Amino acid sequence: MHRYIIKRLLLAIPTLAGAAALVFVLMRLIPGDVCVIRLGAGGSHVDPASVEACRQQLGLNDPLILQFLHFLWSYCTFDFGISMWSGNPVSHEIAVRLPVSLEVAVMATIIAILIAIPLGTISALRENTWLDHTVRVVAIAGIATPSFWLGIMSLILVLNVSAMATGKPWLPPIDYVSFWQDPLRNLSMVLLPAITVGYRYSAVTMRITRSAMLEIMREDYIRTARAKGLLEQIIVNRHALKNALLPVVTLIGIEFAFLIGGLVITEQVFNLNGIGRLLVQAVQNQDNVLAQALVMLVVAVFVVTNLVVDVLYAWLDPRIRFS
Amino acid sequence: MDLRTGLRAAALGLAVAIAAGPAGAGAPKRGGTLTYVIPADAPPSFDAHRETTYATIHAAAPYYSVLIRVPPDNPASTTEFVCDLCTEMPKPADDGKTYTFKIRQGVKWHDGSKLTAQDVATSWNMIVFPPKGVTSARVSFYEMVDKIEAPDDATVVFHLKRATTAFLPALADPYTWIYKKEILEKDPHWYERNIMGSGPFKFVAYDVGQSIKGARNPDYYHEGQPYLDAIVGIFADKQSVRVDALRADRAAIEFRGLPPSARDQLVKEGGADIAVQDSDWNCGNILTPNHKRKPFDDVRVRRALALAIDQWKGAPAMAKIATVRTVGGIVFPGSPLAATQEELQQMAGYWPDIEKSRAEARRLLKEAGAEGLKFELLNRNVDQPYKFVGTWVIGEWKKIGLTVEQKVVPTGPWFQNMRGGTFDVVLEANCASVVNPVLDTGKYLPAKVYPENYGGYDDAKSIELYEKMQTETDPKKQREAMRAYEKHTLDTMTHEIVLPYWYRIVLARSYVKGWKISPSHYLNQDLGNIWLDK
Repeated sequence: MHRYIIKRLLLAIPTLAGAAALVFVLMRLIPGDVCVIRLGAGGSHVDPASVEACRQQLGLNDPLILQFLHFLWSYCTFDFGISMWSGNPVSHEIAVRLPVSLEVAVMATIIAILIAIPLGTISALRENTWLDHTVRVVAIAGIATPSFWLGIMSLILVLNVSAMATGKPWLPPIDYVSFWQDPLRNLSMVLLPAITVGYRYSAVTMRITRSAMLEIMREDYIRTARAKGLLEQIIVNRHALKNALLPVVTLIGIEFAFLIGGLVITEQVFNLNGIGRLLVQAVQNQDNVLAQALVMLVVAVFVVTNLVVDVLYAWLDPRIRFS
Repeated sequence: MDLRTGLRAAALGLAVAIAAGPAGAGAPKRGGTLTYVIPADAPPSFDAHRETTYATIHAAAPYYSVLIRVPPDNPASTTEFVCDLCTEMPKPADDGKTYTFKIRQGVKWHDGSKLTAQDVATSWNMIVFPPKGVTSARVSFYEMVDKIEAPDDATVVFHLKRATTAFLPALADPYTWIYKKEILEKDPHWYERNIMGSGPFKFVAYDVGQSIKGARNPDYYHEGQPYLDAIVGIFADKQSVRVDALRADRAAIEFRGLPPSARDQLVKEGGADIAVQDSDWNCGNILTPNHKRKPFDDVRVRRALALAIDQWKGAPAMAKIATVRTVGGIVFPGSPLAATQEELQQMAGYWPDIEKSRAEARRLLKEAGAEGLKFELLNRNVDQPYKFVGTWVIGEWKKIGLTVEQKVVPTGPWFQNMRGGTFDVVLEANCASVVNPVLDTGKYLPAKVYPENYGGYDDAKSIELYEKMQTETDPKKQREAMRAYEKHTLDTMTHEIVLPYWYRIVLARSYVKGWKISPSHYLNQDLGNIWLDK
C-alpha cells in the first residue's frame, strides 16, 4: 500500500508539470496585461510610462521562456510568488480564501451524502414505486437546476419570508467570520450556500447510488444471501451498499475537488470570499502568477482526492489489492 | 417590470428622496457604525498615488487628508474648492504662477506625531515628480508644476511653469493623499500595503477581499467630525448582493452608483427606508472610429456615424434602463465651459431634426461609397452602461443601413485592441474625478500628444485649438476657445462621437445623513461628515 501511494505521488509530478505548462501558455494567450487593466480599468487616465514601469517591475518584459523557467523553479522551492495585482504573497491570498471554500465544500459534501445515499438506496429498493418516482423527480430537478439560480432564489425567499413574518427583511451576513470566531454568524452565512450546492451535488450522487444499488441487488451473491435466509437489512447494508458505494465514492471525490475551485457564481451570489471567486478575479485582472497558483492548487486537490478515493476502494472492496 | 410599474417606482423614488429632505438636514448625531458596500474586489493596493480604481478610494480615503478638495457640503459644484489641510485658499501670485498654502497647525498623524508642511510637500513631490521605481498615475495632470517646496513647517509653495485654470482642480484630485515624509523617505512603497494617515478615521483592520474597518479619529482637525464611531466597508462586486444588502440593512449605503432598475426595485420594496440621491456623472462613453482603417479615414463616414444617432430622444429612453442620462459635448454638462443645448445642436450628432440628420448621413455614405457598410463595434464586457449603450447605437446605425456586429470582450483584450489599433469602431469610456475641463478634454487630442487617444489620427489644427484654450485664463475667451476646439473635434473632423453622460444614482438607508452626491464616485469619500439618524 505504501509503495502504491508513493508511486502515485511521484506520478503526480508530471501531471502537475503538464498542468503548469498548460496554464502558463493559456494565461498568456489572453490579450492585454495586468498593468493596463490595473491602471486603466476605471476608465480614467492611463500614463504609458507608468504602464511600462509596471511591466518592468512585474517582469512582463522578460522572455517567455525565462518567465516559465522562473515559474517552475519557484514551485520547486515552494515559493508561489507575489500576486501581480495586489502585491501580496500568493500563499497569503490563498490562505485567506481557502477556509471559506473548504468549509462550503465540506458542508455541501456532508449534506449531499446525508441526502443522497439513504434516498438513492431507498429508491433502488423500492424501484418503480411512488417513492422511487418522487426521489427521481427530486434528483432530476436538482441536476437541472443551476446552483447560482437556486442561490438567488433562496436569498429572495429568505428576504421575502422574513419581511412578511417580521416586517423587516433579513439576509445572512455578507462579511465572513470564521466558525471559531462566531459559530452562529458563520453558520448563518455558510449554511445557505452549502444547502444550495449540496442539493445539486446530492441529486447527482442520488442517481449514481440508485443505479449502482439496482445493479448490485441483481447480483448472484445477493440472491445467495437471500437464499441463506439473511435479514434484508444485513443484505442491503453489508453486502449491497458497500459494493454499490465504489462509483459513489469516485463521484463524491471528483465533486469535492471541483467544489474547491468551482463555486465561482455561488461564491459571488452569497458574497463568499472563496477560491473560485479569486480565480475568476485573477483571470480577469490577468494576474498570471495568482491564476497559475490557483489552477495548480485545484490540480493538486484533484490528484490528492483521486488518491484518497483509490485507497478507499481497497477498504470498500477487499478484492482490490494495490501492487 | 413593465413601463408603468417602472415609472411608478421612479416616481415613488423621487417622492422618497424629496420626503427624506436634504441629505444633511437636522443637527448631526454622534455615534454608530456605518456599514457600506464597496462594489469591487479588493483594491490592488492602498497607495492612491499609484492606483486609479475607486476601490482604493472607497476603501481607504476615510483614513487620509488632502491639501484641498471639493466642498463636502456642496460637492456638486464644478468650480468651488476648499481647504482640507490648508487654512485658506490662496490667491495666486506672480501672474498666476505661484500658489502659497498655509498648513493647519496641530494636525496629528494617526501614530500621534505632528503633521507639517514638510509632509505635504514631500507627498506632492512624490505625486508630481515620482522618483525612479515609484509609480504615480497622474503625473501628466501636473505638467504645469515647476517646483514644490516647504520653506517652513507651516507653508507649502507651488511654482508653476505658466498660469492655468487647470491647476486648482487638479490639486483637488481625490487621489492626492498626504503621506508621512519620514515613512516615504524610508520606503516609498510602504503605503501600498499599509494605511497610516491623518484623516477622520483611524485604520483598524483589513480582511483581504472581504472588509476594511476603521474607528473614529478623536484628534481629527475638522471640529466635531467625524460623527461616526466606526466604519466598515464590505467588498461586494455583485450588484444583487449589494441591492439585497441595502434592502435587508446589512449595508447602509453604496457610494458608486446603481442602475435605475435597482433604484426602482429598492424603492418599491424598501419604501421610506430607502433614500435616493442622483447626479450627472463626470464619466461618459465615446465612440472612436479607427482613422487608420478604411473607410473610417474618411470624415464623411465618421460624420454619418454621428448623424445617425438620435441623442435627444435616445438619452431619456436609455435613462430608464441604463446609467446614462444627459446629452453633452466634450465638457461635463455642469461646467461653465460646457456647451449649451443650442450650441450642441449646431454639431453633427446633435441636430434637433433627426430625419434631416439621417438623410444627411445617408447622403454622406453614398458620396463616400460606403452605403450598406458592415463593421464591428468593439465593446467592453461590462453591462452598465457599456453593453446597453453599444446595443443602442447599433440600432441607430441600422436606421441608415449600416450592419454592425458588437464584439464584446473582457477589459484586458478591450484595452489591447484599442492600444494595438485592431478595431473598426470602439466604445470607450472617459471618466474623471474633479471636473477639470481643460485636462478632461485632452482625451480628444491626437495620440502623439495624448497617448491614450486610440483614434489613430494626427491633426495639427486640433492641437493648436487645444493649446489656445488651455493657455487662456480669461473665462469668456476660454469658453469661446473651448467651443472652437469642440466643434473641430466633434463636427468638422468628427474624430470622436460623445454619447450621453453617465448618471449616478446612489441608494442608501434613509438614516444615513450628511453625505451629498457629487458628479464623481471618486469625490467626497472621506465620510467625515456622515452621521446616522437612528
